[in-house]
Amino acid sequence: MMRLPWFRWHAPRSVAEAAKILAGEGPQAMLIAGGTDLVPNMKRRHQEPAALVALRGVEGLKKIANGAGLTLGAGLTLTEVVEARQVREHYGALYQAAAQVATPHLRNMGTLGGNVCLDTRCTYYNQSYEWRRAIDFCMKKDGATCWVATASKRCVAVSSTDTAPALIALGAKVRLASAGGARELDLADLYNNDGMAYLTRRPDEILTEIVLPPAAGWKSAYWKLRRRGAFDFPVLGVAAAVRAAPDGTVEDARIVLGAVASRPIVAKAGELLAGKRLTDDVIEEVAAKVASRAKPMDNTDLEIYWRKEVVPAFVGYALREVRGDDMRATRMRIARQAL
Amino acid sequence: MNAPEKPRQKTRFDTIGKPRRRVDGRAKAIGQQRFADDLVLPRMLHAKLARSPHPHAVIESVDVSRARAHRGVHLVLTGADFPVPYGIMPVSQDEYPVARERVRFVGDPVAAVIAVDEQTATEALALIDVKYRPLPTIASPEEGLANPEPRIHDYGEQGNIHRNQSYEFGDVEEALAQSDRVFEDLFFYEGNTHLPMEQQASLASIEGDGKLLLETSTQNPHYLHRQLARVLQMPTAHIRVIATANGGGFGGKCDPGNHEFVVAKAALMLGRPVKICLTREEVFYQHRGRHPVLMKFRTGVTKDGRLTAIHLQTLLDGGAYGSHGPASTFYTGVLTPVTYELPRFKFEACRVFTNKPACGPKRGHGTPQPRFGQEVQLDKIAEALGLDPAEMRLKMVTKPDSLTASWLRVGSTGLAECIRKVVEMSGWRARRGKLGPGRGLGLACSAYMCGAGVSIYWNKLPHSAVQLLLDRSGQVTVYCGATEIGQGSDDVLAGLTAEALGIDPVNVRVVTGDTGITPIDLGSYSSRVTIMMGNAALQAAARVRELLATAAAEALDTLPDRLVFSQDRVFAAEDAGKSMSFVEAIAAAEAKFGTIASVGSYAPPKPPGKYKGAGVGPSPAYSFSACVVETEVDPVTGWVTVPKIWVAHDIGRALNPILARGQVIGSVYMGLGEALMEEQAFRRLPPKLSSALVHRNPSMLDYKSLTSLDMPEVEVALVEEPDPNCPYGAKEVGQGPLLPVMPAVANAIYDAVGVRIDEVPITPDKVLAALARKAKGEAPRVGPESFPGVPYPQATFVLPPWEGGDGNELKGRKAA
Repeated sequence: MMRLPWFRWHAPRSVAEAAKILAGEGPQAMLIAGGTDLVPNMKRRHQEPAALVALRGVEGLKKIANGAGLTLGAGLTLTEVVEARQVREHYGALYQAAAQVATPHLRNMGTLGGNVCLDTRCTYYNQSYEWRRAIDFCMKKDGATCWVATASKRCVAVSSTDTAPALIALGAKVRLASAGGARELDLADLYNNDGMAYLTRRPDEILTEIVLPPAAGWKSAYWKLRRRGAFDFPVLGVAAAVRAAPDGTVEDARIVLGAVASRPIVAKAGELLAGKRLTDDVIEEVAAKVASRAKPMDNTDLEIYWRKEVVPAFVGYALREVRGDDMRATRMRIARQAL
Repeated sequence: MNAPEKPRQKTRFDTIGKPRRRVDGRAKAIGQQRFADDLVLPRMLHAKLARSPHPHAVIESVDVSRARAHRGVHLVLTGADFPVPYGIMPVSQDEYPVARERVRFVGDPVAAVIAVDEQTATEALALIDVKYRPLPTIASPEEGLANPEPRIHDYGEQGNIHRNQSYEFGDVEEALAQSDRVFEDLFFYEGNTHLPMEQQASLASIEGDGKLLLETSTQNPHYLHRQLARVLQMPTAHIRVIATANGGGFGGKCDPGNHEFVVAKAALMLGRPVKICLTREEVFYQHRGRHPVLMKFRTGVTKDGRLTAIHLQTLLDGGAYGSHGPASTFYTGVLTPVTYELPRFKFEACRVFTNKPACGPKRGHGTPQPRFGQEVQLDKIAEALGLDPAEMRLKMVTKPDSLTASWLRVGSTGLAECIRKVVEMSGWRARRGKLGPGRGLGLACSAYMCGAGVSIYWNKLPHSAVQLLLDRSGQVTVYCGATEIGQGSDDVLAGLTAEALGIDPVNVRVVTGDTGITPIDLGSYSSRVTIMMGNAALQAAARVRELLATAAAEALDTLPDRLVFSQDRVFAAEDAGKSMSFVEAIAAAEAKFGTIASVGSYAPPKPPGKYKGAGVGPSPAYSFSACVVETEVDPVTGWVTVPKIWVAHDIGRALNPILARGQVIGSVYMGLGEALMEEQAFRRLPPKLSSALVHRNPSMLDYKSLTSLDMPEVEVALVEEPDPNCPYGAKEVGQGPLLPVMPAVANAIYDAVGVRIDEVPITPDKVLAALARKAKGEAPRVGPESFPGVPYPQATFVLPPWEGGDGNELKGRKAA
């Protein structure tokens, strides 16, 4: 089998202890929660941390708290998120996104925080060290060129998290803790459109909580495009959340696209939809405008031009589901499972 | 009481035909089965292979001194340690365990490290210094034809052409000229790989008597045994190969692997056990999977839809080594005439070397590609002639006990019944064309061999041999070199032996796949095991049965041929009250004759074709399949959903129906993956910046194959048309049912939305592109646009049986 590089292992019991270790180890240390992203990446020598700070034993990261909204510990497994009644009942997009991450086995290990911080992906990067040596490496690790766009100064690896577009559409904020203190920011601001420096998180910070605002009046949905009904990362994710008046007039809306850039793309859906009803015409118009924001690159599964072409259809699926259409048959054909 | 039976002609069965738990089911279900990677021996060392990062290069030097000095490293092997080449086919001995002068694809091994553990061996790989001089690369057969230099190998037909051949059975141009219509179509079938769950692993050790033992995941221990003796320059009898339980093979474990020679050599040199387990990425480099094939079909028909002639041309992307290529090249055509009556046939095929992992045999070996083309073209022909595709096929299925234009003997055939079954099950007549927008049904058929009629190396010896040993404890042990690869061959062996002796299969102990103990069977390939091993087993069983019958008849005061063996007892046919247990019968026979044992063996019948090349294609029997696929196609996205598949397979007789159905459904699973997504695709970087030519997706995440959620409901009908050449009439089921799936998907997509995708995989972008062309009024098709000029040789001309031929080449006869 592929073997891991050597590393030191820390197993703190609290966020404070973890933050202290992280500060002491410096930027050569990395956090590990479920390890479903990091461990294979380490085997392929994408990351070679001198030390790992394990968050599995930090009970404080595994809480679900009701309040004005819902606070989810970053250490909750994706299975726990999927099974949480509050998530399923009030935050449909998050439920649908988390339920479609990878496979049941990986959801049992992988965490919500891990999925939010998921390393960006690229077909030239997610390969073994030996494979990457055969192409003389790439900009993101060990090399200089971006083989997706050889003239590019910037790495175009793809944001491949399912939960982040859903959480951003739901208005999520995140809390980060470090030895120096804590801060809270909009989840959208956690990301840079840069395949290498894709997070604004500092190396000494720990993502501790995801904070969702009250869901009253909101309906949301997440649609994922991938080749198969399981296992695959998204090549397109569409999260839509809409708050409408009883007569159906949209008061506020957010649409977020995943897997079409190095960060989730927040479309200006509120401006496009406010004051309108979700008629077929409106959905078609908004879908076309939102889709123009998608700039897929040829570095994921499936054909690039086709991926761009089907964005409006997927935005339409999400908005029609939010409108209350019966999308079960379409969902079954796309997701191969009821959600 | 029953009439006394002749064992071979039995018609009433105790075991056969009843669904049973397979004999190896328990161990596999509870995780007890030990696969090669589960084996651990004291003082065992671990091997890793250093692989080339260059697709094509001369090795200028290999310096292993730093790796050798690394703590924990015991041995480093290079090409200098392996002077003798190997190859599965005698005509393609073109591989070395570790490359000597040249690397030919990214992943070609250049050195091997043997160390205390895998981690240490992995670390030492980075300390091996290889100097390469890169060479220009060949990425496709078209490039290989256009660039005879540099040659990837210094043997072959010419330039980079490995194999090049042409056969003509009757004057095809004349027949085409006289046809009512001639259809010309191009098809492309992308390469794909086997993707067995188990990655190859091997453990070599030295047994107490000083001889070499290799326990390894292989489908063909016998061929590997011969190649080990050749490469290691040792007497074959000093080597023992045990085929460990295979976690799937599908043809990927037919070729000897570099790693097998490496651990064997290292164990001999070090006197310690040496193990290797390939990573998934390395399995993609070992490959030997489906050849990418470009095809051109020119097919003549009468206006009522009967074939007059086919001119088939194929071009194969062989990858970097010969592998089974010479056979694969033949198989892209030789089974084409088996399904439908075809008066004349011309077949030209060319295999080109490229700088990619070697292609070889994958389930269906060479035949899924032309079957895809032929069955899609028939769908087009039926539409053009205004015929129902099922009816058109039904009218021209080959007859039982007939010869093809190419001199293959078709024995039994249940193809017509297969077609009728899937038509009935799917509601074809009522539903086809009437399912509404975006929904459709497609049909296709196929045929496959029940074992290759000729061995991979030329000999006149049996293809399979079985030894039976019985003793007074009641133990019945059956020995055979056949290899269980998950297909259920151990269960077939137990079931047939039990049936022939009238005992419960749980009372049969099966010992297989061990060249040190078991008599030779050629291996698990070409769907040969049930037929060849089965016939050998029945012969062996008949021989011990005779001994038992003679002794039991004396004890029961009757005649040996008046006995019935059933339910673990031996009965007098006329008086069921006169009986003895099977164990008592063994004891009686042992007292009378001494130790009770027998052997049986089998060699296939001599093929009727006598021309050079007639050895590829003949088989003791052919299986037949028909399939209907239902599709739903989204006109906006091109997204394809397959809600249901109906498949009927002429198996001759289902020995264990639950196992047979599993094989059919597994074939459908693999075929649907090939139809919709699987591709062993490569990436070449911009040539100005890089000479890289790499596998696009060498991982189980990125190489797309169906998950259980993507698998539709499959309805299976087993058509039982017993074949006299087969054990109790049983034909193959491991490969045939895969073949019709891909063209049936393509035909169903046409029925759904009116576009032709003349290549696999059929991905949604291709469907959408074809729909866009249709909307613009262009030809609603995606597929290859041209066929390159291939310098096929002058055809070997053979007259078909009905034109006065005798099966020999007609020398001096023209070829068009």
